[in-house]
Amino acid sequence: MLELNAQTIAFFIFALFILGGGLGVVTTRNLIHATLYLILSLFGVAGFFVLLSAPFLASVQVLVYIGAIAILIVFAVMLTRSMTRLRDLYNEQWLLSGIAGLLLFGLLAVGVILPVWGQNGARSGQPVSDAVIGTVDLGKALVDQNGYVLPFEVASLLLTAAMIGAIVIARDDQE
Amino acid sequence: MNDVCSINNFVRCLTQGGMNQDLANLISLLLGVVLVATLPLLTVILLIWVERKVAARVQDRLGPNRVGPLGLLQTIADALKMLTKEDITPLGADKFIYNLAPIIAFAVVILLWAIIPFTPLHVGADLGIGVLYFVAIGSIGTIKIMVAGWSSNNKYALLGAFRTIAQLLSYEVPLVLSLLVPVMLAGTLSMQGLVFAQGGMWYVVMIPVTFVIFVIANQAEVGRAPFDLLEAESEIIAGYNIEYSGFKWGIFMASEFLHAFTVAVLAAVIFLGGWWGPFVDQVPALGFVYLGLKTTVIYLFGLVLRATVPRIRIDQLMAFNWKFLVPISIWNVLIVALLLQVAKGLNLMPGPDQVNNVIAHLPLTILLLAGNLVLGFYVLTRIRGFGRAQRLADEARRSGAVVGAPAGD
Amino acid sequence: MTVLNEWAFIGVFFAAVWVFPLLPIVGARLLGPSKPNALKQSTYECGVETVGDTWVQFKVQYYIYGLVFLVFDVEVVFLFPWALAYNQLDFFGFVAGLVFVFFLFDALIYAWRKDALEWV
Repeated sequence: MLELNAQTIAFFIFALFILGGGLGVVTTRNLIHATLYLILSLFGVAGFFVLLSAPFLASVQVLVYIGAIAILIVFAVMLTRSMTRLRDLYNEQWLLSGIAGLLLFGLLAVGVILPVWGQNGARSGQPVSDAVIGTVDLGKALVDQNGYVLPFEVASLLLTAAMIGAIVIARDDQE
Repeated sequence: MNDVCSINNFVRCLTQGGMNQDLANLISLLLGVVLVATLPLLTVILLIWVERKVAARVQDRLGPNRVGPLGLLQTIADALKMLTKEDITPLGADKFIYNLAPIIAFAVVILLWAIIPFTPLHVGADLGIGVLYFVAIGSIGTIKIMVAGWSSNNKYALLGAFRTIAQLLSYEVPLVLSLLVPVMLAGTLSMQGLVFAQGGMWYVVMIPVTFVIFVIANQAEVGRAPFDLLEAESEIIAGYNIEYSGFKWGIFMASEFLHAFTVAVLAAVIFLGGWWGPFVDQVPALGFVYLGLKTTVIYLFGLVLRATVPRIRIDQLMAFNWKFLVPISIWNVLIVALLLQVAKGLNLMPGPDQVNNVIAHLPLTILLLAGNLVLGFYVLTRIRGFGRAQRLADEARRSGAVVGAPAGD
Repeated sequence: MTVLNEWAFIGVFFAAVWVFPLLPIVGARLLGPSKPNALKQSTYECGVETVGDTWVQFKVQYYIYGLVFLVFDVEVVFLFPWALAYNQLDFFGFVAGLVFVFFLFDALIYAWRKDALEWV
């Protein structure tokens, strides 16, 4: 069974952050509170990255998601100011959507997760990946000619397109 | 068996006494945490006094000099006073996050002290990604501002919070871009590694333009003059922390001073060689002293700058960042990258066994310094040209409008 | 495991660091007087009464700044491993990085020319 060491405790704490934060996002009525719960959830994900020996991804998670995207979400909430005064339940089909969510969860668990990582799964007991990649290797792979240099450049193009697109949309709103 | 239970074998000591390994580990970690966290708290007490004294002397007055010798206990007296002030929460404020904001503010700054290498042997946690940790924790600072501004239920607090966040987000870009360069030179992200890599030559000599960009971006990130529009007492009153009173406001102020000091420490670590200095190999504790001296230099520069320069407007602030600092930081990264490739091609790079050898680092230093100086001169020439064009335009406008025009502008 | 020990330090640090500012706040609550009245708790607006809702016209410009910051943030996240491994890269590595940065510099120039970076 699970041994009670520091890693397990950390795992459960981070899992609590993620799930609790997620629950908080969908149940709270105040959108600013929802954003704060989201930030808590993202912290939990960063903690998971640390436990998985990927500290680079953990810091990227905090830097990009919490430092930039969460702020943008708050700005978006501010743009639609009336939404922070929600009092009624908007969704009339909550029963159907709840059932759909549970069905999806069951499908994922039975069809994808259990056969691979479950007790009798194909890779049970093995770690997710055998390689422990350092950030230096990541850097070398990003510009390796037989590696990921093309996706690296395409990512830059994607970012450029995103910025230009957003500016075009925002400018149209102003004029 | 019965070796002395010192702080070095604290964990072994406890486990031999029958404690669980993990628990002993935890207690030793906790002790380390308390030590590392108390250091900034003690520093902030001294820091506020230094700030007030220097600002006073620049303004030709004495500053605090009554409470305690030379006024050193003034901060403690102020803190005690603030403890007894009434805690006024505005009506309609969101109570939970209203109280959360000062806690986040202080926590974020203290968290930065975990990665600072004080001596060759002592660092809180030498993370493999130290530099990214610094940037990530710094970027959490915007959350506290949003929370404080929103929860105060005050138009001006909200407005101040928006503008502060816009400033902080903008100046984070040149900050992070300028941090790429020491990482390129050292080949490691860890703070202790960056200090070790400067054994041959401090980075401030090799890449001065990067150092300047880093310091400027840091002053803007911390909200010091000339970028302190957002807490300017004469303009928007206190910006996002208008509605905070008593000790909560004190925490905001203390965390701001501490943040300024912390980024000065980090600048000293990354660019001024951290704890390097004469005789630090034999007496590691000297590293702490050297680090303190270097930090003081940078921090005093910030204080004098604050007392000297007028603050700039918010649109000038944004233009300065996006149209000047960001392009320069990008060019800086590319130029240093190009020069490093040239150095590698010409075999000027110091070998792995010559890390502490100053002479071996000289060719690379001269190459990089030359590149930086060229960039610096180019930038300064462009600034001068721009300034001259502005001045001519102003004079033309003034002389063109002098006939029959009322006074103004 | 020593690497995780470093992170354990950070974890304990995170958990402990909230306590430090909490103590004086609680202390202030206990030590300070608590006599709220309507005037003290009203919103501060330089001495005049506040009119209307607490709502500020949110300019789209703030959002644009946040967005451009986000794009540059992700760019730097990609560039950090590149810079980390830079000493072991050859000229092709430099050119790859140059192309990457060039695209984003291009986007910055676009934003500049379209006056998206002006403070309205």
